[in-house]
Amino acid sequence: MKSFLHDYSMTAPRSLGEALELLDTDGGIRIFAGGTDLMVLLESGTLQHKSFLDIHSIPELRDIRVTPNYITVGAGATFSDIAAHPDLMRELPLLHEAARSVGAIAIQNRATIGGNVANASPAADAPPALLVYDAEIELLSRQNNRRIPYRFFHAGYKKTLLVPNEMIRAFHIPRADRRKCVQLYKKVGTRKAQAISKICFAGLLRREGGRIADARIAFGSVAPVPLRCEKTEQVLKNGGTLAECLAILSSEISPIDDIRSNAAYRLRVAQNIFSRFFQVK
Amino acid sequence: MTAGSSLQRVECIPKLTGEAKFIDDIDFPGVIHGATVRTPAPCGTLKGFTLQPGVPWDEFTIITAEDIPAGHNFIAHITDDQPCLVERRINHADEAVLLLAHPDKQLLQKALPLVKLDIEQGDPVLTIEDSLSRRRVVWGADNVFKSFTIEKGDVEKIFTSSDIIIVEGEYRTGAQEQMYIEPNGMVARADGASVTVWGSMQCPYYVHKSLAKMFSLPDDMIRVVQTVTGGAFGGKEDYPSMLACHAALLARKSGRHVKMIYSRGEDMAATTKRHPSLTRHRTAVTRDGRILAMDIEFILDGGAYVTMSPVVLSRGAIHAAGPYFCPDVRIRARAVATNYPPHGAFRGFGAPQSFFAMERQMDRIAAKIGMQPDELRRRNFIKKGQAMATGQLVRDNVDMEGLLERALKEADYHCKRRRFDAGNPASPVKRGIGFSCFMHGGGFTGSGETFLSSIAAVEAAPDGRVRVLASSTEMGQGANTVFTQIAAGALGLPFSMIEVAQPDTSIVPNSGPTVASRTTMIVGKLVENAALGIKQTLLGSGLLREGYTASQFSEACALYIKKSGHLKSLSQYKKPEHMDWDDKTYRGDAYGTYSWAVYVADVSIDTVTYETRVEDFVALQEVGKVVNPVLAEGQVQGGVLQGIGHALCEEVLWKNGHMINNRFTNYIIPTAADAPPIRVFFEEDPYAHGPGGAKGLGELPMDGPAPAILNAVMHATGADIRSIPMQPEHLMKALEDSKEGGK
Repeated sequence: MKSFLHDYSMTAPRSLGEALELLDTDGGIRIFAGGTDLMVLLESGTLQHKSFLDIHSIPELRDIRVTPNYITVGAGATFSDIAAHPDLMRELPLLHEAARSVGAIAIQNRATIGGNVANASPAADAPPALLVYDAEIELLSRQNNRRIPYRFFHAGYKKTLLVPNEMIRAFHIPRADRRKCVQLYKKVGTRKAQAISKICFAGLLRREGGRIADARIAFGSVAPVPLRCEKTEQVLKNGGTLAECLAILSSEISPIDDIRSNAAYRLRVAQNIFSRFFQVK
Repeated sequence: MTAGSSLQRVECIPKLTGEAKFIDDIDFPGVIHGATVRTPAPCGTLKGFTLQPGVPWDEFTIITAEDIPAGHNFIAHITDDQPCLVERRINHADEAVLLLAHPDKQLLQKALPLVKLDIEQGDPVLTIEDSLSRRRVVWGADNVFKSFTIEKGDVEKIFTSSDIIIVEGEYRTGAQEQMYIEPNGMVARADGASVTVWGSMQCPYYVHKSLAKMFSLPDDMIRVVQTVTGGAFGGKEDYPSMLACHAALLARKSGRHVKMIYSRGEDMAATTKRHPSLTRHRTAVTRDGRILAMDIEFILDGGAYVTMSPVVLSRGAIHAAGPYFCPDVRIRARAVATNYPPHGAFRGFGAPQSFFAMERQMDRIAAKIGMQPDELRRRNFIKKGQAMATGQLVRDNVDMEGLLERALKEADYHCKRRRFDAGNPASPVKRGIGFSCFMHGGGFTGSGETFLSSIAAVEAAPDGRVRVLASSTEMGQGANTVFTQIAAGALGLPFSMIEVAQPDTSIVPNSGPTVASRTTMIVGKLVENAALGIKQTLLGSGLLREGYTASQFSEACALYIKKSGHLKSLSQYKKPEHMDWDDKTYRGDAYGTYSWAVYVADVSIDTVTYETRVEDFVALQEVGKVVNPVLAEGQVQGGVLQGIGHALCEEVLWKNGHMINNRFTNYIIPTAADAPPIRVFFEEDPYAHGPGGAKGLGELPMDGPAPAILNAVMHATGADIRSIPMQPEHLMKALEDSKEGGK
């Protein structure tokens, strides 16, 4: 532990209202959900903020609700909660797969979907699935409650639309009959478990009478933000060939070299995964 | 004889229940905590330091090089070149400069960044090539720690002859972190002139020697106690000497118990790793696959100080020509200096590096002459009575051909090879199967065991309970269980009557370090002899007769001890008479004997992600009599998994000489989820000089996996990769480059 622990403080509010109030009145406070990203920083002495708000034990944040039009996943739902939910498993296989691929079971028991998104790492496992399902993100502050398409949430590397007194309340995922869709989630990690993605992918494709009626694809770890590849989708829907799709995809993503992999690999593997997805009948 | 039975680990209940206390779990009265200020720069000059405000500095114990007795600022190794603390010259990143101690562990963390070092950074040497170029000399006169040549016959003459095929190759292996689960930790106490340390270690008497040298104290004023040790793999061979000296310096100045426990990040960045290597092979072979000459250049990156490099180099070089008979061999070996933290001991000790080169070279030779890899081996295996590269005659039975045949059969090699060849062209997942043939010498190299002249003892109490006294440490490998079996077997007693003493230099004799696959084979034999000494004493005294029961043994002990005061038997190492070694020429019997093995890897490669997965692994070895089959199987499986890591994913990333992926999260070791079925098989051919016929086993399993896997990758994809770790990124590049070349 390289941090001076006495510099840090943690407040555990008893209710969502109290949490929002603290967030509104104490400008320096930051949210601590599962803590699986933050604890790594604390251990290595690089955790910048000192004052934290522990929301892990606020029950309503953890709800997963199924309504006629949406499946709503509370921001505090852990990946274990998500992986174990039968409706999610049936209706949102990409999100189910993503949840099962985060870290390993101990991490999945702590880590939350809200934390995974708020941490804003381009390598996060859940965002590609949320992007493909056209999820909406609900943001909550003491004064305001807003709901926006998730694909607008990431504004740049480690930048989001969250304002300081706001927290993520939930993700609302539209329900639809996706039984005829091809759905593929692929995480390329450094090993089978306990891995951070070198690249991850979620894709959904619906063919109707020989043409592509719907196509949605998203990647992690190939751009400063989790990326929905809308231009590539458009080419797909317009009946583009694999080569045409790959050309657009290659221009749409901007992978880099880092501690886990390199740009050349990410580009080529993104192309390979896409090619395989394209060829699935 | 109780060798061959799978006695449950004698320490397993305390370890499972948490009753076993690792050094950080042990409370010492009035303990204060120590921490280390390290250099960020890989080389340069230390001009001074300042203590910036922010903590009550007067409460801290602070140690600099000036606190070390003049002329004694070094850690005693083979060469006394490694300072305990930097005085002026900095030779690697994360080198220790200053020590702090304080009762509040947290305040230490706050204090560390407040020590500002004034450093004039130099131009570091960070590659083997750079070191060899002597563009900048960072050690001695020429950057060379050790250099020697092993020569048999006349290699050059063969290479000038016509009608031979010459195959050349250059091979590289990277640094590898031991990743023991318990980081380095030590507690020290100084009372008057005496010094006691407790901690996690492999070699209590190495620690003892370094403390005695630093403080110029007689042996009996220093006491070193090994506490329960959570893994080591070579990583706690030399470094604990450094940590013990640091803790002892703080203890002497503060007058308190001082505890120093490294964090994972500090342990990984500052302590030793496997030596990176560069090996060049030039082999002369006939068209029908007879190897006529091997010219091998073997170079290790030793890091900033000598530490263990000369002996790692010796073992690596001696094993470099593999289990083959070749009339003309030249092995030129060098260990060179760079500005990395010193590279040190890691399971295999140089041999995994040189075998990687040898066994990849063999598959490449086979491809070049159009012969099956197994047939090429068969035509060149060494046989009993033939001479190895050092001139050592193989005296014991060796049947590499038999091992190869059985291993290939267990792995279904030939059938799989055909099936993969047929299926691969149409499959997005390429399958391959490859193998490696190798051996590992047991015990210290050359005259090492003679120099050590190890002693082990066995002592009986009046109630007949028997205690084994040795400085060999239990570090997770099963030493205490094996000693229990050996002593019980020699004395014909139940296991429950045997206890293995905790290594404490005030109690146990110097049976040498816990390294070099020597604990069972060498020290175990001393334990066996010492136990037999107890038996003979009692038989000779007439108090006991052959065919005795345990209670008769106890009664005899009671009577004997009543009469003579104590019942203790010592045994000291004597080299087997046939052994003859010349340190100057590297000629002769490098090891008392060798263990022999053939490993087979079956891999799959996903052409979407270029990821290589080991699907099945067969590990067959001949290690003399297996003392404890369950522990032995575990040893092999653990070693194979470490070998898979070395081959495919464990990559130390350096930036300006500092390891930047020094966490479990980014230094990628295989997890249980990545482990293939590892099927372990033994052949047993008892060795005359080992306890119950046992030979060395601990390091062997590390030597073979990497070349077997890379040979399988070549079979699957055609990619001729000569550098490990081979990450998916590297395989992708190799496949793309070969495609470019084919256009």
